[in-house]
Amino acid sequence: MDTDIVTADASLAELDRLAELAEDVIRRTRAAGASQAEVSASVGTGLAVNVRMGEVETVERNRDRGFGLTVYFDQRKGSASTADLKPASIEATIAQACAIARYTEPDPCAGLADAALMQKDFPDLDLWHPWEPDVERAIGIGREVEAAGRDHDAVTNSEGASVQCGGGLGVYANSHGFIGRERGTHHSVSCSLIVGKGDAMQRDGWYEYVRDAKEFPAFDSIGRKAAERAAARLGARRFSTRDCPVVFAPEVARSLVGHLVSAVSGGSLYRRASFLLDHAGKPVLPAFVNISEQPRLPRGHVSTTFDAEGVATRESALVAGGVLQRYVLGSYSARKLGLATTGNAGGVHNLVVAPGAREGDAPQTLDAMLRAIGTGLLVTELIGQGVSIVTGDYSRGAAGFWIENGEIAYPVQEITIAGNLRDMFMDVLAIGSDVDPRASILTGSILVGKMTVAGE
Amino acid sequence: MDSPLTLVERNLLAPGGLSTHDLDRVFTRVMAPSIDAADLYFQHSRSESWVLEDGIVRDGSHSIEQGVGVRAVSGEKTGFAYSDDIVLPQLLEAAGAARAIAESGHGAGKPLAVRDARALYPADDPIDGLDNAAKIALLRELDALARSLDPRIKQVIVSVNATHDSVLVAAADGTLAADVRPLTRVNVQVIAEQNGRRESGHSGGGGRCAYRDLIDSGRAHAWAREAVRQALVNLDAVDAPAGTMDVVLGPGWPGVLLHEAIGHGLEGDFNRKGTSAFAGRMGDKVAADGVTVVDDGTLPGRRGSLSIDDEGTPTHCTTLIENGRLVGYMQDKHNARLMGMVPTGNGRRESFAHLPMPRMTNTYMLAGERDPQEIIASVERGLYAVNFGGGQVDITNGKFVFSANEAYLIEHGKITRPVKGATLIGSGPDVLTRVSMLGNDLKLDEGVGVCGKDGQSVPVGVGMPTAKITAMTVGGTSA
Repeated sequence: MDTDIVTADASLAELDRLAELAEDVIRRTRAAGASQAEVSASVGTGLAVNVRMGEVETVERNRDRGFGLTVYFDQRKGSASTADLKPASIEATIAQACAIARYTEPDPCAGLADAALMQKDFPDLDLWHPWEPDVERAIGIGREVEAAGRDHDAVTNSEGASVQCGGGLGVYANSHGFIGRERGTHHSVSCSLIVGKGDAMQRDGWYEYVRDAKEFPAFDSIGRKAAERAAARLGARRFSTRDCPVVFAPEVARSLVGHLVSAVSGGSLYRRASFLLDHAGKPVLPAFVNISEQPRLPRGHVSTTFDAEGVATRESALVAGGVLQRYVLGSYSARKLGLATTGNAGGVHNLVVAPGAREGDAPQTLDAMLRAIGTGLLVTELIGQGVSIVTGDYSRGAAGFWIENGEIAYPVQEITIAGNLRDMFMDVLAIGSDVDPRASILTGSILVGKMTVAGE
Repeated sequence: MDSPLTLVERNLLAPGGLSTHDLDRVFTRVMAPSIDAADLYFQHSRSESWVLEDGIVRDGSHSIEQGVGVRAVSGEKTGFAYSDDIVLPQLLEAAGAARAIAESGHGAGKPLAVRDARALYPADDPIDGLDNAAKIALLRELDALARSLDPRIKQVIVSVNATHDSVLVAAADGTLAADVRPLTRVNVQVIAEQNGRRESGHSGGGGRCAYRDLIDSGRAHAWAREAVRQALVNLDAVDAPAGTMDVVLGPGWPGVLLHEAIGHGLEGDFNRKGTSAFAGRMGDKVAADGVTVVDDGTLPGRRGSLSIDDEGTPTHCTTLIENGRLVGYMQDKHNARLMGMVPTGNGRRESFAHLPMPRMTNTYMLAGERDPQEIIASVERGLYAVNFGGGQVDITNGKFVFSANEAYLIEHGKITRPVKGATLIGSGPDVLTRVSMLGNDLKLDEGVGVCGKDGQSVPVGVGMPTAKITAMTVGGTSA
C-alpha cells in the first residue's frame, strides 16, 4: 500500500517548547511558595473523515492542547488546567492551583513520587509514525472500505466508514528536576454496516487501530470483515435461561482482565472498594494463568518509559501461576497502603495475557476454543455497566452465538450473562492464543466454565 | 442586569478584539453557492471540583477551556474545524478548513439578528457564588453526617463540582444567540462493611443552579442519607433472580429506561439514515395505551435543560410518544433540514471542539392514575427496581440494558427481600407495549445524568412514574 509518511516534522522542536514551558512554570510555582509541583502539557493534532453510502459525511480537523498543573504546599494539594497555552492562561492556571491549595487540607500521603524512582533513560519505543494523508486520500480510503463492505449481499444500510489519523506530544515535568518527553501516533480505520430490514435489522462493524499506517491490512478487508460480522447476526434470537460455559471472544475478553486490574488498583484497595482486598500473594486465577505488564513493548498502544509521575516503568508479572504478584499502584495509593509504587500512576502499560488451558494445550484459534467447549455460549458483544468492583457481582447484556457440537448453531441476542468475578476468574478453563492486537490489554479468547445466562 | 448576549460578547469576543460585526467576514469566507448552512460556536467554560476522602479535603481542581468551532454544511456533508484562539486570523483559517468540503465560489449569509430566549436559569457563576471555605464546610458536614448515621459506614467520598459555561452561536441563517449556563453537582459515595461483606451506596444530584440552592433546600444532606441507606440495604441483599418476570420500576431515575429504550432510537440522525429500530415507524403504536413520553428542555433549573440548544434554537417540550403512538423525533438543524422537519431544540455538542448532533434533554413519561402500592400488590412474583446505574442501547436492533443497583423481590404482592444488582435487558420497540400499569407519582431524577453518544458527553435528565412492565428479562444468578 502507499503511505503518506512525513519525513521532516516539527515534533521534537515542539516537545522542547513544551518542556521549556513546563520548567518555567515549575520555577514560578516554587517562587510562589510551593514545596513541590508537577506539570503535564500536551498537543494533539489529527484528521477524521467519515464516509457514508459512498459520500463524504464529515471532515474534521482536530488540534487539542492541554496544560495541567498540580502544586503542593507541604501536603496541601491544588490542581488547575487550561486547554490553551497562552501566557495569560498559564498565569491564571498557576494562580488558581495555588489558591486551591490554600483551602485543601494536609494529606500525609500527598506529594510527588520519590525522587530516586524517577526514570533516567529514555529509549525510543518506536511510537512515532506520522501519517498525514490529504483529505481526498482519506476520503478515498473510507470509500474503499465501505464499498467493500456494501458489496456483501446481506448489507442493506451503512453507518459509514471512518478514517482517523493523528499524533500527540506530551511532556511531564516535576520539581525533582524530572522532565519526560513523549510522542506517539495512532491511526484507525473503521466501518459499521447494517444487514436485514425492519425488526430484523442488525448492525456490526470492525476497526483497525495502529501506531504505524503501514500495519493496516488491505483496506477492503476491513469493510468485508464488518459485513461478515453483521451478516452473521441475522436471525438472532433469545433462548431460555440456563447455566452454561461462556467463551468471551478476544475483543470482549479484555474487559474481564480490565475488571481484574480495577480490583487490584490502589484506588479500589485503599477505599476498601474491591472484591480482591488483601489478595497479593494469593491465587486469583487458575495456576495456568500468567499476566505480565510490558511497558516497553515496541509500538505498544500505551508503551512508556515513565508513568504519570515520572516513575521508571519496568516489565513485571501481575499474575504468575494464577497468583496475584502485586497490586497496581501509583505513589499516592501506595502510601495509603504502606507499600511502594509499582509505576502505575495513570494505569497499566500493556498487559500481556499468556495463552494456556487447565487441561491440554491452549486453543490456537476461536474455532478450536469452540470445539473445546462443545456446547455453550460465545459472546462477541457486551453492553451495559453491570459490574461491581466492590462485590465482584457481574451482570451484563450480551450478544453472540449459541454453540453446539463445537460449532456455531445460531446467533443470540437480548440475553444477560451473570456471575461473580471472583468465581468467574477461578473458573477460567482456557485462554486462547488468538490475541486481539488493538488494545493495551493483549489477550486471546477466554473460556469461563459456568455462568448464568438469562433469556426467555 | 446585562443580557446573555452582552455578557458573552464582552467575555468571549472582546478579549480577541472581535465584535459580532466581524462575524460577517467569517461567513463570507465560509459560504459558497454549494454551502447550505454554516455556524460559529464560541465557548468559554470554567469548572471546578473538590473532593473529600478519608475525612480529608484532599483535592481541588479548576479548569478553563475556550475556543470556537466552525462548521460548514453542504447537503449531507459537514466540514468542521476549531481553534482555541478567538481572534480573526484563526477564525478565518478554521473557516477555510471547514469549507474545504464545498466547491469554490462565494455566497453570503443572512444578516445576523439577535434571538432572545427565555432564561431557564440564572447567569451567575456558581463557582464564585459560594466561597471556597463554605464548599469545604459542606464537604465536611456531609462526611460527618454519613458517618454518624451508622457505625458500619467505613468509607465516605464526597465531591462537589460546578461549571460555568458561556456560549455564543452565530449562523449563516441569521441566528445570533447567547446563553450562560451554570451547572452544579454534589456526589456522595459510601462503603459499608459488616462481617467481612462490603457494599457501596451512591447518591447525588444537582442542576442548573447555585450550590446554595442544593444546600439550603436540604437536598445535599438528603443525598448523604440516601447513600448510606442504599449501602445498608445492599448489605442484606441476596442473589438476584434470573429469567423473565414482571418488573415494577420505581419513580424518578428508573426513567433511564426511556432514555435507552426509546430516546436514542428517536434521535433524528439515526432515523434519517434508517439505522434506528424506530425508523419509518412514525404514527405506529410503539407503547401501551396511556403511555406518553416527552423530551422537555424547558424545565427551569434542571440538569438537562437549556434556554437555547447549541445551534441557537430555543428548546421545546417535544412529545415523542402520545398515548402509545410514535409522534415525534428529536432534531437538530442539519437532520431536520434533510428530513424536511422542524428543529426541536435538540442540537447539542460537548464543546466547541465537537460537532452538534440530536441529543436528549430531560426525557420523561407522564403520570398515570394508579396508586403505586396497588401496582406492587398486583405482582405475584417479580422485581421492584428503584435505583439504577447506567444503561446502553444498540439503536439498530433496539436491544437495551440498564443495571439496577437497588432492587427487591416481590412475592405474592409484597416487597420481601432486597436483591443484588442485576442488569435488565429488553427491546426498545417492544418494552413500552408491555407497560401494564402506570402510577400517579411522576418524579424527575435528582440531576445526575450524563449521556454519551459518539464519544461526546452531555448532561441530561430523566423521569417516570411507578410503572409495571410485564415479562421483562432480569439478569441475576438465581434460577
